Amino acid sequence: MRELSLNVMDVAQNSIRAKAKLVAITVNESDKNDCLDISIEDNGCGMTEEQVNQVVDPFFTTRTTRKVGLGIPLFKLSAEQTGGSFDIKSQVGKGTVTKASYVKSHVDMTPLGDINSTIEILIRCNPDTDFVFTHSTDNGSFTLDTRELREILGDVSLDTPDVLEWINQYLEEQTQIIFGGV
Amino acid sequence: MKSLAELQAIRDRAKANLDLRKENPNAARVLVGMATCGIAAGARPVLNAFTEEIAKRGLTDSVTVTQTGCIGICQYEPVVEIEIPGEEKVTYVKMTPEKAVRVVNDHIVNKNVVTEYTIGANTK
Repeated sequence: MRELSLNVMDVAQNSIRAKAKLVAITVNESDKNDCLDISIEDNGCGMTEEQVNQVVDPFFTTRTTRKVGLGIPLFKLSAEQTGGSFDIKSQVGKGTVTKASYVKSHVDMTPLGDINSTIEILIRCNPDTDFVFTHSTDNGSFTLDTRELREILGDVSLDTPDVLEWINQYLEEQTQIIFGGV
Repeated sequence: MKSLAELQAIRDRAKANLDLRKENPNAARVLVGMATCGIAAGARPVLNAFTEEIAKRGLTDSVTVTQTGCIGICQYEPVVEIEIPGEEKVTYVKMTPEKAVRVVNDHIVNKNVVTEYTIGANTK
């Protein structure tokens, strides 16, 4: 994967397939502490302890269309190759939390990339799932919570073009602020 | 600054043509393969190209763009399936944003399948 935001999109699909109603995606980065942490938390169907141990194995998948499952192994590798760490916790019926921690300045660090595009696509393609996206830097943080948007929108769907446009611009504005832009 | 008040205005405008959007049995569907294999092969810019071109042509009410999983032909990713009611499903392979624009114009708008991009033309 060329960008970590693509790993996030990939792993978030697992949450959606696990029938999650709510997916929380959090990116905390700090140049001061030389770290970037990504967490993807869902309230989907969860996994048994045995399955959790298997998902980091590239030759394990629940799919029937192919024999390999590379999503989680690639995400894990991206963190560990920077000297960071990776962790999955899951409970059947409760949900799953996937966490990856990176050493930002490491030569093998993959850039985060266009995380806003990932969030926008997830909302566009899954308008019935709720997403809470939080991004923080040394300069501050912001949160986009689709549950709040839904409260205002009533029965107008999140995938209405004007709504998606609003979401896009909101993400762009807020990102500029937390990166110290004008 | 984007405000929630603006969102309220969007809701009021959208409510007016809500029924129009909801019940469209003739809507065409663009399915972009977005499993690990698709994403790694560059499915995201392809999906973005489809949504942009469809918006540009004012087709957002009659065409929906959505993601789908892996259908087992990972070597041909990015894979895009086009479903138009009453017509046979067409599978395009090794897609790019440029090819996406042509598929919207030729296939979705003018109903001419772009044969050279289909899986049939690429498996020999």
